[in-house]
Amino acid sequence: MKQFWKSMLKSPSGVIGLIILLLAISVAVFGPLLFPNSPWRMVQRPFLPPFTLSTVPLGTDALGRDVFAGMIFGARVSLLVGLVSTLVALVVGVPIGAMAGYFGGKVDDALMRFTEFFQTIPSFALAIVLVAILQPSIYSIVASIAVVSWPPVARLVRGEVLSLRTREYVQAAVVTGQSNSWIILREILPNALSPVIVLASLMVATAILLESSLSFLGLGDPNLISWGYMVGAGRTVIRQAWWITVFPGVAILISVLGLNLIGEGLNDALNPRLSREGR
Amino acid sequence: MSKRVLLGLLLTCALTASALAQEPKTGGVINAVIQPEPPGLMMAMIQNGPTQMVSGNIFEGLLRYSPKLEPMPELAESWSVSEDAKTYTFKLRKGVTWHDGKPFTSADVLFSIEMLKQTHARARNNLAQVDKVEAPDDYTVVFTLKQPFGPFLGIFEVGSMPMVPKHLYEGTDWKTNAYNNAPVGTGPFMFKEWQKGSYIRLVRNPNYYEKGKPYIDEIYWQIIPDAAARSVAYETGKVDVLPGGSVENFDVPRLSKLKDTCVTGAGWEFFSPLAWLWLNNRQGPLADKRVRQAIMYAIDRDFAKDVIWNGLGKVATGPSASTIKYYTDDVPKYPYDPAKAKALLKEAGYKGEKIRLLPLAYGETWQRWGEAVKQNLMDVGMNIETISTDVAGGNQKIGDWDYDIAFTYLYQYGDPALGVGRNYVSSAIAKGQVFNNVEGYSNPDIDKLFADGAVATSDTKRKEIYEKAQKVLVEDVPVAWMLELQFPTIMRCKVKNLITTGIGVNDGFKDAWLDK
Repeated sequence: MKQFWKSMLKSPSGVIGLIILLLAISVAVFGPLLFPNSPWRMVQRPFLPPFTLSTVPLGTDALGRDVFAGMIFGARVSLLVGLVSTLVALVVGVPIGAMAGYFGGKVDDALMRFTEFFQTIPSFALAIVLVAILQPSIYSIVASIAVVSWPPVARLVRGEVLSLRTREYVQAAVVTGQSNSWIILREILPNALSPVIVLASLMVATAILLESSLSFLGLGDPNLISWGYMVGAGRTVIRQAWWITVFPGVAILISVLGLNLIGEGLNDALNPRLSREGR
Repeated sequence: MSKRVLLGLLLTCALTASALAQEPKTGGVINAVIQPEPPGLMMAMIQNGPTQMVSGNIFEGLLRYSPKLEPMPELAESWSVSEDAKTYTFKLRKGVTWHDGKPFTSADVLFSIEMLKQTHARARNNLAQVDKVEAPDDYTVVFTLKQPFGPFLGIFEVGSMPMVPKHLYEGTDWKTNAYNNAPVGTGPFMFKEWQKGSYIRLVRNPNYYEKGKPYIDEIYWQIIPDAAARSVAYETGKVDVLPGGSVENFDVPRLSKLKDTCVTGAGWEFFSPLAWLWLNNRQGPLADKRVRQAIMYAIDRDFAKDVIWNGLGKVATGPSASTIKYYTDDVPKYPYDPAKAKALLKEAGYKGEKIRLLPLAYGETWQRWGEAVKQNLMDVGMNIETISTDVAGGNQKIGDWDYDIAFTYLYQYGDPALGVGRNYVSSAIAKGQVFNNVEGYSNPDIDKLFADGAVATSDTKRKEIYEKAQKVLVEDVPVAWMLELQFPTIMRCKVKNLITTGIGVNDGFKDAWLDK
């Protein structure tokens, strides 16, 4: 573990990514304490440009709502959706991939055809359809993002398990008569985890983008403010009021960038051989 | 004698002066926006706003209406009412032909009425008081009523009673008739082509009965699905006319300031759209009158007017728009007063039960309005959850009474008996409909007032009845009235005489001409 942090902190992109993520998380956790008012509240005159009033530093939107407050509350929704939907996707994808890789044969065939069934449908289109059918809410958004993002996890885990399956220590475990689930959970998965962790960090970024895109199209949870919603709502007035779209847009950009940097750092830290060759 | 000569002289002077100032020029093409793309153009069967706007050029009614809602001749050139107000005789214009050359006669009128009774819910309702319709000759139609019906002369507008060609529809299956896709009417413009998703093209009717009209050669109704793209299309000169509601409200001031651009709010007098919130009177906290009153006090309607509608429109005082006959503002008032709203909620014993709010899925403006109202209601302690859905899904929920608060706006059709009463009388409660009495309000006094008002013959009597009805309704708050909406029409100043009646753009481009 110490080794991991050491190499993680050695990679500059990992450090920058971590700083961004910590910042975003602390904003999401503590921000609403500083802004007890609802971000939906009309506080000032509409279309107030940024940096004119210290009470609304980033200006107001078309209804006179505080853009800064919206961004802080939006961080909460974006990060929450990103993390939870990734977790759900892992919970679905890892077992399916592990079973397919470990048992092989018919089980593998069945599970992989099932996975391909999801992979052939364009993921964003599927997400839109799911949210539209289930009615937009935070739950349906998390569910639909999870549904479209688990197949790559399953394929990755399957590949890893397939190669680990033939290793001697796994063969040894089989010979000593340990149960299948024990072998998968204790012998194989821990060794297959590092690429999954890297993938997961990138999935969080993708999920944030997906949530933003859904909200941008008006399919966000109407009771929660999110960055994508702010961009979508401000899009039509972009010529009169650029700040309504630009600030939340930059927030999406930075957080997605941060998560990608973390992914890179993790990759370096978890694949020491790879990183050494790179330098 | 001398007086008459003088009057005649003055009139001649006035006429020549106006003729000098406004000598219409012929020729030219007008590009207008139609939003959204209409589901079809057969007006007798489809009554969506965009259908009426395009097909108002193709079809005609017996009458049209001035901005003051006085009847004006269209296919009927004159009309008379019997002493007992139960017989209406219309003299039809002679020499009118359908676009295919066949003459228009009283037989077409009789056929249209029979057809509309089956295909047009509002026409059926409007004709409920009619006992029989007869045609003594080719150019006379006589309506005999069961009892006097005050607003009867208000039901002949093209959208409410379009004339349909008998020779093309009689004996066919109306729904599958090929002429639904290439409609044939008597109007100033003829249907030419419809490129789905792109444009609808109408061309001048060379045999139109008013000599010299129409002045325009062609109209292209451009279909542009994105609101921002519609404003850009106007700015770049692709379109010349933006009918009311086709661009977002915050774009209106910017577009109005463009060079050679004229803006008018006229042309909606007949419809007078009034926006309100359906409040489900049947169940939950909203069954309590005090909670409904609290909602009226809690919502900042001036904010909605000034910010969301950019200052367009007017705060509604009650069930009638101020342009409608017998309107009175002598009713209980509900200014923005959150403290009073809180007190009323407390008195009613509201304890934070969840209330579902259904915004109208008609674009940005309505979405923002839903957010503002939600915030207003949450500020006084109501627990509001917004349900987000599309137009069809919203209609479904409203029709099934599966909502607590829902946005809507309805046309008023000039007379309380035609456009107002239908939303409050208990006989208009029916599951599945999205208009009329959706809120489930039922009050025998109101039922009686509207029943009496429809058949009362004298103006003073009707005034008295409807003023009383307005007072009772405003006290009871069956729905929460928001704004009298105003949909400005934006156009190039070179487009002249586009809006001449109380029906506005929906009445067709009959009188419009281009000053090149």
